Amino acid sequence: MNVEEKVKAIVSEQLEVAVDSLTIETTFEEIDADSLDIVELVMALEEEFDLEISDQEIEEIKTIGDIVSFIESKV
Amino acid sequence: MKKCSVAITGSGAALPERRMTNFDLEKMVETSDEWIFSRTGIRERRILEEGLSNVDLSERASREALRNAGLEPEQVELILVATVTPDYPLPATACNLQARLGAFQAAAMDIAAGCSGFIYALTVADHFIRAGTYQNALVIGVEILSRIIDWEDRSTCVLFGDGAGAAVLQPVTGDRGLISFELGADGRGLESLYIPAGGVALPTSAETVQQRLHYVKMDGPEIFKFAVRVVGETLDHLLKKGELQPTDLDHLFLHQANLRIIESIRKRLKLPREKVPVNIDRYGNMSSATIPIALYEEVAAGRLKEGDLLAAVAFGAGLTWGGILMRW
Repeated sequence: MNVEEKVKAIVSEQLEVAVDSLTIETTFEEIDADSLDIVELVMALEEEFDLEISDQEIEEIKTIGDIVSFIESKV
Repeated sequence: MKKCSVAITGSGAALPERRMTNFDLEKMVETSDEWIFSRTGIRERRILEEGLSNVDLSERASREALRNAGLEPEQVELILVATVTPDYPLPATACNLQARLGAFQAAAMDIAAGCSGFIYALTVADHFIRAGTYQNALVIGVEILSRIIDWEDRSTCVLFGDGAGAAVLQPVTGDRGLISFELGADGRGLESLYIPAGGVALPTSAETVQQRLHYVKMDGPEIFKFAVRVVGETLDHLLKKGELQPTDLDHLFLHQANLRIIESIRKRLKLPREKVPVNIDRYGNMSSATIPIALYEEVAAGRLKEGDLLAAVAFGAGLTWGGILMRW
């Protein structure tokens, strides 16, 4: 699995949305994720990719693609 | 050598009569039942009536716990009150409670460890009893948070409620009792959850009152992350010490700060709902009172039975955390 597939799998599991419905452009607003969902998602991502995402970085996350490029820049 | 362990031999709870629903809050601040419930799991909370104070609820919960343990107030040797909302800055609420109960043989002090206070107090009492210093202890988790929250701040005023839970601890033989504990703190997180003024760092003045610095300030997302992590780690350590798996637990009592935190932890541990009691829907976050009230309610409902294995884990201001593993 590449980073994009892994991210989609985690988002799908955490937020209980079908993985096929997720694209790089999907925004968290579209899938009804609130601030606590994002915190939980970030924790799962931090665990999976063994990195830390700061509060400021969390605020910049708007789409699946934002997460993918963020992780790719870190690993 | 006979192994001495310490068990909860009686429990009690006291809640204010007055209920405040999310719909009541809609009339006070810009919020909605849907918003509050979906983010916190809270439907309503109890608010202490004017004219009553911490010691009134503490006394009711204590008398019930003592009755259930078959102990007279005069026999109590140690009173520990876990609270962040004492009746007075000085002295301890435990002393006031001692007088109300007429428990004049008892040493009495408060324990301030945020929402982890009840777990801290249980652990302190356990050590005094196991050391042979005292034959029993009355431990209370009590909070009147409605008096220290900013009713104009919609991000915090919807979260909290008032209540008291009490437990009597005594030495027992056999397999019952506290098995292990873990306490922790990280003072670097002080400002994630605190009241800026009213202590000696920033004494009360006209300015502190005007700037609303006597109310609880909280960084919600930061506390959420901290809670999910620390509860997981604490449980891991407790279970490892006992060479147990999460699925060995008959009950997991979690501090009731937010249903989303409880659910997040429950799902990670793959525990069924019936093993993880919830009262936040009815009472909100009552800080150190949430766990003793949940224990009392599970006993009263006949779900918590002798021989059951339980863990209780709390986290809160400090930052602090604490967990116990216990055979009921």
